[in-house]
Amino acid sequence: MKLITDLLVAAIIYGTPLMFGTLGEILTEKSGNLNLGVEGIMFMGGAIGLGGVYYYEQAASAPSFAVALLIALLCAFLAGALASLIFSFLTTTLRTNQNVTGLALAIFGTGVGQFVGELMRLKAGGYVTVSNALKSAFTASPMPAFLQKIPVVGPILFGANWFFYIGVVLAVCMHLFLKKSRVGLYLRSVGESPATADAAGINVTRYKYLATIIGGGISAIGGMIYITTSAGCTWNNEGLSGEGWLAVALVIFCLWRPLSAIWGSVLFGALMILYVRLQVSFIPTELYKILPYVVTVIVLVITSLRNSKDKQPPEALGLAYFREDR
Amino acid sequence: MSEEFAIELKHLTKRFGAITANDDVSLGLRRGEILALLGENGSGKTTLMNMLAGIYQPDGGEIYADGHPISIRSPRDAYAHKIGMIHQHYKLVNVFSAAENIVLGLSDEKKLDLKQTNARVAEICARYGFDVDPKKKVYDMSVSEKQTLEIVKILYRGADILILDEPTAVLTPQETTKLFAILRNMRRDNKAIVIITHKLNEVMEISDKVAVLRKGKYIGTVNTAETDAQKLTDMMVGHSVTLNIDRPIFDAPVDRLRVKGLTCYDAEHVKKLDRVTFTARGGEILGIAGIAGSGQKELLECVAGLCPVAEGSIEYDPPEGGSVELVGLTPMQIRRHGVALAFVPEDRLGMGLVGSMGMTGNMMLRSWKRGKNPFVNRRQPKALAEKVLTDLEVVTPGIDFPVRRLSGGNVQKVLVGREIASSPNVLMSAYAVRGLDINTSYTIYNLMTEQKMKGCAVVFVGEDLDVLLELCDRILVLCGGRVSGVVDARTATKEEIGLMMTSHGEEAEAHGA
Repeated sequence: MKLITDLLVAAIIYGTPLMFGTLGEILTEKSGNLNLGVEGIMFMGGAIGLGGVYYYEQAASAPSFAVALLIALLCAFLAGALASLIFSFLTTTLRTNQNVTGLALAIFGTGVGQFVGELMRLKAGGYVTVSNALKSAFTASPMPAFLQKIPVVGPILFGANWFFYIGVVLAVCMHLFLKKSRVGLYLRSVGESPATADAAGINVTRYKYLATIIGGGISAIGGMIYITTSAGCTWNNEGLSGEGWLAVALVIFCLWRPLSAIWGSVLFGALMILYVRLQVSFIPTELYKILPYVVTVIVLVITSLRNSKDKQPPEALGLAYFREDR
Repeated sequence: MSEEFAIELKHLTKRFGAITANDDVSLGLRRGEILALLGENGSGKTTLMNMLAGIYQPDGGEIYADGHPISIRSPRDAYAHKIGMIHQHYKLVNVFSAAENIVLGLSDEKKLDLKQTNARVAEICARYGFDVDPKKKVYDMSVSEKQTLEIVKILYRGADILILDEPTAVLTPQETTKLFAILRNMRRDNKAIVIITHKLNEVMEISDKVAVLRKGKYIGTVNTAETDAQKLTDMMVGHSVTLNIDRPIFDAPVDRLRVKGLTCYDAEHVKKLDRVTFTARGGEILGIAGIAGSGQKELLECVAGLCPVAEGSIEYDPPEGGSVELVGLTPMQIRRHGVALAFVPEDRLGMGLVGSMGMTGNMMLRSWKRGKNPFVNRRQPKALAEKVLTDLEVVTPGIDFPVRRLSGGNVQKVLVGREIASSPNVLMSAYAVRGLDINTSYTIYNLMTEQKMKGCAVVFVGEDLDVLLELCDRILVLCGGRVSGVVDARTATKEEIGLMMTSHGEEAEAHGA
């Protein structure tokens, strides 16, 4: 029992960055843009988010967690938004190939993230990290203590950090936005059939830009969360690698549904850390690490067998739209 | 005079690169009137209307609404001027319900209230005689339902000026009758209606006035009551054409293809063909009629070896004697056995041609295997491309111009021209004249007949029953993957076939030739 509880608690910690990465990419893909640059975006979000917190703490006489949290969120979001703005400009305005652009952005973003992280490290001399007080604040739960003390359920449901709850609220909001709101309906129509949306008088370009930029910002927050929680507020060049690709896989796993991203990210988080918690000596850890991808492939196989029209990616995903194309 | 026009176009010009699609076109639409816009392929009918719908921007000329100059920069502007267009390729989101599709892009109401939408949809339906289920998903709808939804969508937006781009191309005769009744209701409601079509009998039936375009130029407008099919054709083509399809009789038809009990399933294990049995004879055109999706595509694909056969046999008797079983062979083997099948797929760009290649490259798709030279021979395909270009009058800036960028009719000409050039023993074509104008259609009918008189067995899947009845010798009617009968095209009537298309008539067997 203890084993399972521990595994779940750790899964939530490791899953939360993925949840943001995935939610952001779902929003992006709903507009028909396949932004494969999530890996790079999360690197940028991680480095710049950490940078924001680090320099804030250096500058402030009495740093408060609330301000640090906001600065981290804002810095990461802006970094991701900027990267996605580049992506949008290239793919939507200049109509470049989305796969190529996304891959380029992944490499570019990874480089920028590592550059910024390394620059901060060199300037600080040694390594970049924040005070222990802030570190523990980032990983602490916002829930009242008595709830956390409930056996079994307490640590799992109420012991997670701030970001997990923000993520859950975000997922629910996104679900309602996509399913119930007019703007959400229009956004989905842009991703499904831009020609239809355009003929209906919807500004396809504006929707694509906004969804991609906001989505990229949300994804970047995921990178920041990983650095401030799992990585203990310390920059390390390899810490985030693979995180963005997992988020892209998780989008497919969730079948583009924000609500599924909640449990999907926890599941992926569990698969990511299984090698620490459930070690079997003769299985190399590398095999464990491919588990999330194996699960994604299995889900893809199963959903393609079902061939349900409601479980498909947005129909125009990855395609550039040009009104006068013939 | 011009005040009474709901919309007036003056000197509109539109160019796509080197091609001038519309050249100084002037035209007026009145309320309470149905205007048919007639013209050959690539004569710029759709382009002209797309400028009204805000899809394209004119390069020159003005548009007037009720006498005032307006500019339509986007579909939203078009709606603001109460112009709605139903495109040939429906603009609907497949995973959305009917109601969701209808409210797309509407900004007048703040809250998304599908219940209220449903009520208004019901009201529009009652007024014009539509039948739309607001909750039904588009991917569950038939073509005719989708079209109805498109019309309702536009009426919901309060459009007064409706443009329909080839609305009858995919409908059965019964559905067409229903559509025309609706159009008449709308005319009574004082709406201005434009219908783009190739079918002259429909022009005569539904329209009040006919405007003719030829090669992007405006030729003139006539009152339907004062003209006839022959005059319209002459205006459209620019010279006289005969409108009768010549149906010579081949002296000695021989069995070429004997299909017995053919059954096949699609990827989702849905039965697409159910014990289909028929014989195609050399020197005969066998028409295949049926509602879209009744198994026409699968039938042709089974014979061509593109679709796995679950049960049944396809025997092919080559002219030199003997018999070959085609089931179980790959398309390449089928050809190596001396069986020449020329296949014009329904989706001409998807399966028939490579869109980004020019005519020469596409001709090569049939001949690249010939010869032992490691390099492909370009000379023959090039000569063939040039022959098709002149024979079928393909409108293109050059034979190496990407076929994707040609108009639909010209794409079709390239494909049909290539398939016929291989002088086959069995020529199968699906919707060979879909979207083709009257002149090209007749060119293709003549080519089919020419092949027939050479002793080739022609299988012709068609949509227009009038044409099937005039062109074919026998007509096989499919309904839901089953043969509901084979009729003699010389004696059968359109109503008879229309009925067989929708029901498995046992008595229809009696007509079997």
